[in-house]
Amino acid sequence: MARYEAIADIMENIDEELVICNIGFPSRELYEIDDRSKNFYMIGSMGLASSIGLGLALAKPSKDIVVIDGDGSLLMNMGSLVTVFANNPSNLTWIVIDNGAYGSTGNQDTYAQKIDFVEIAKSIGFKNSFYFDNIDLKKVIKSDDASFIVYKTEAGNSTAPIIDIDPITIKERFMSSI
Amino acid sequence: MDSTEAIYNGLKDAEIDFIVSVPCVNLSRLLNMIDDDPEITHIPVTREEEGIGICAGAYLGGKKTAILMQNSGLGNSINALKSLMELYEFPLIMIMSHRGTDGENICGQIPMGDSTPRILEGMNFNFFTPTNPEAAYDDIRRSWELSEDEGKPVSILLEIKYW
Repeated sequence: MARYEAIADIMENIDEELVICNIGFPSRELYEIDDRSKNFYMIGSMGLASSIGLGLALAKPSKDIVVIDGDGSLLMNMGSLVTVFANNPSNLTWIVIDNGAYGSTGNQDTYAQKIDFVEIAKSIGFKNSFYFDNIDLKKVIKSDDASFIVYKTEAGNSTAPIIDIDPITIKERFMSSI
Repeated sequence: MDSTEAIYNGLKDAEIDFIVSVPCVNLSRLLNMIDDDPEITHIPVTREEEGIGICAGAYLGGKKTAILMQNSGLGNSINALKSLMELYEFPLIMIMSHRGTDGENICGQIPMGDSTPRILEGMNFNFFTPTNPEAAYDDIRRSWELSEDEGKPVSILLEIKYW
């Protein structure tokens, strides 16, 4: 199973939640699987999906936010684990699809292959730090603390096309949907 | 109105209600004032680039945002300022303590301090360099509207002698 199936699996659990999606193939694949105005496709700024999700979660405590991130992107913004934990927005669910590769640039190995993100998040203090296989995502989204979830997959990209809506439209329709 | 009150009043009158920060000694009184203000959400961050992402998310959620940092943080944020803020036309006020300017006593601040205005020019970002509290208040108060109109961040550079 690769990332595409993981995103489809995640989206089967998504109803009214606002979704912030990582740069590159993850956003392209989400766009093909389930385009909706409540998806924010991050086209640039690698590493910042969880930060965008945190800012939104703090600004909109009444809405549930789901971030779809990647292992290479998390490695670029590890400080976000600390900032999310310290602020602990209960409405934020941060899912890292960990395929051990920089998928969008040709599947080069990441150092994530040598570490355990779930244990790292636990050591920082996350009460909710899980592997996707062990949880009911709908229940975790509704929990009383910020949640960190690792979804392990194999490396590999689909043939999902480049997103053909412009960034300002992505932003405006997202904001109108809130 | 002293140098710190001018910034605080400018942010308040621009209706800024969400601020992220990485501290500078020159910003310490301002950071305390913001912490004491129940109308402002203040989120300290580990690195300025992360703060840019948090501000983008907060704006999506309806907040008016600013970042407080040293000018060194501009260097840590350039890609996010371009490929997130400018790309999607997110407004943002960037209040920067401009280190490495006249009166600096830490040599490590000087290379980035010298280049900071030219980096902003190269990014094609508007910035103000007020030298007294009255000018700082005016520049900050109108920066949010300017940033919304331009669809990109607007900066305030506060050199050492400003304080």
